[in-house]
Amino acid sequence: MSSYEARFKVWRGDAQGGGLEDFEVEVNDGEVVLDIIHRLQATQAPDLAVRWNCKAGKCGSCSAEINGRPRLMCMTRMSVFTREETVTVTPLRTFPVIRDLVTDVGYNYTKAREVPSFVPPAGLGPGEYRMFQEDVDRPQEFRKCIECFLCQDVCHVVRDHEDNKRAYAGPRFLMRVAELDMHPLDAAAETGLDRKRAAQDDHGLGYCNITKCCTEVCPEGIRITDNALIPLKERAVDRKYDPLVWLGSKIRRRSS
Amino acid sequence: MATGTEPPDTEPHTLRGGVRSPARAAITAPHLRTDRWWLAPAATTAGLLAFVVYSTWRAFANTHYYAAPYVSPFYSPCLARNCETMQAGPNYDLFGGWWVISPAIIILIFPLGFRLTCYYYRKAYYRGFWASPPACAVAEPHKKYTGETRFPLILQNVHRYFFYAAILVAGVLTYDTVLAFRDQHYRWGHMGLGTLVFLLNIVLIWAYTISCHSCRHIVGGKLKHFSKHPVRYRFWQFVSRLNARHMQLAWASLFSVALADFYVFLVASGAFDDPRFF
Repeated sequence: MSSYEARFKVWRGDAQGGGLEDFEVEVNDGEVVLDIIHRLQATQAPDLAVRWNCKAGKCGSCSAEINGRPRLMCMTRMSVFTREETVTVTPLRTFPVIRDLVTDVGYNYTKAREVPSFVPPAGLGPGEYRMFQEDVDRPQEFRKCIECFLCQDVCHVVRDHEDNKRAYAGPRFLMRVAELDMHPLDAAAETGLDRKRAAQDDHGLGYCNITKCCTEVCPEGIRITDNALIPLKERAVDRKYDPLVWLGSKIRRRSS
Repeated sequence: MATGTEPPDTEPHTLRGGVRSPARAAITAPHLRTDRWWLAPAATTAGLLAFVVYSTWRAFANTHYYAAPYVSPFYSPCLARNCETMQAGPNYDLFGGWWVISPAIIILIFPLGFRLTCYYYRKAYYRGFWASPPACAVAEPHKKYTGETRFPLILQNVHRYFFYAAILVAGVLTYDTVLAFRDQHYRWGHMGLGTLVFLLNIVLIWAYTISCHSCRHIVGGKLKHFSKHPVRYRFWQFVSRLNARHMQLAWASLFSVALADFYVFLVASGAFDDPRFF
């Protein structure tokens, strides 16, 4: 088992200010960045704030930016860096910082609450839902989301434009809208809730310019752009911008 | 309380936007990426620019676009009176004699619109030309951003109509490929190197067109219950498999259409003799 001394730069500070602090720290075979952050806490910076939980890429807590790229610290192996490379770790740069590597991700919970939840179908009780696998394949992909908010962090719509946070839900919650709209038993339409139209009007789907950074950083490998955002854009076009679909739906409605 | 581990060089917050907004971690650098993040947008920009320069020259040149039995895909179908005569070819005097500039302009608007509004090309040129963003987690230079919420970018939503037009254009190019199984005297049952180039091109054009996200939506993606539409579900699965390669097909078909045009240019200008297989 070999070990070496790695050079780290870790952002330290709070909402009033802060900066990158240099560290030299031992690295052993098989370790990930979160192991090194923990070693820093144990040996050199006992008050270093970091949020973490499962160390297995499933809780989505240890999101940070490593050499400028949004990643989970627990899933970033030290072996991807050369021994000479300085590894820079900063908090997520889209959300307000609380302290060191911990940010306030409350924006995401606000946006989550704005998405109307699943509408149960009339006449079916708990335990009576029956669905075909091919009908739930699409929503199930989106259920893999661990809510690490790396996609929200990397999305330039809010990362580079703070003022868009009010109107734009971000890829994670637009994916939630897509998940519900594709759900075979969601009865939102029967209650007058048009999720396709709401995606554009209420959740800011039009802000997305499908540059795919959300897909690039997703640690679960969800094809957010291709399977959620673009299909949702096409569904919004059906509702708002396609005169033929509009005409067809009018004729169908009149004949029925 | 001093802990002895305070950062030595504290950066005070500056009142600027984006990643330098007041409440966010005080880091002045617009990004901290250490990899060659600029390579992909630079290569994309160079590739697209090269095609724009080449296609603009060829579209306005109005020469060397027909060498029996091959017609350049840039000039097919040819819909003005000033088109060259192509025996049984895709020329039809729809626009009459008043159209005096290159007839390529009439038809190129459709494949151009299809590619301009394509979900892959949007990503490519938003990143490469407009730096919005230049790469992931690299700050964009613009102060305001409204995305595709207002004019003119809201027009990107017409992509499906350009898809319908692209189907028709691909149909005409398929007809051209069938015509390429003639010789220069219009006798059937022959094949040359140009026929192979046309075959490669039409396969890639169809693959790119069918793999379109709008096509994926139309054939089945819009459905809520695949189980009630098994045939459309099969179509959707097929298009989805192609769709996963949409970027590669976009580039391959862009290259092949330029290659097919350049081949016709070489043969028509006399710079190259089309090798005949039989």
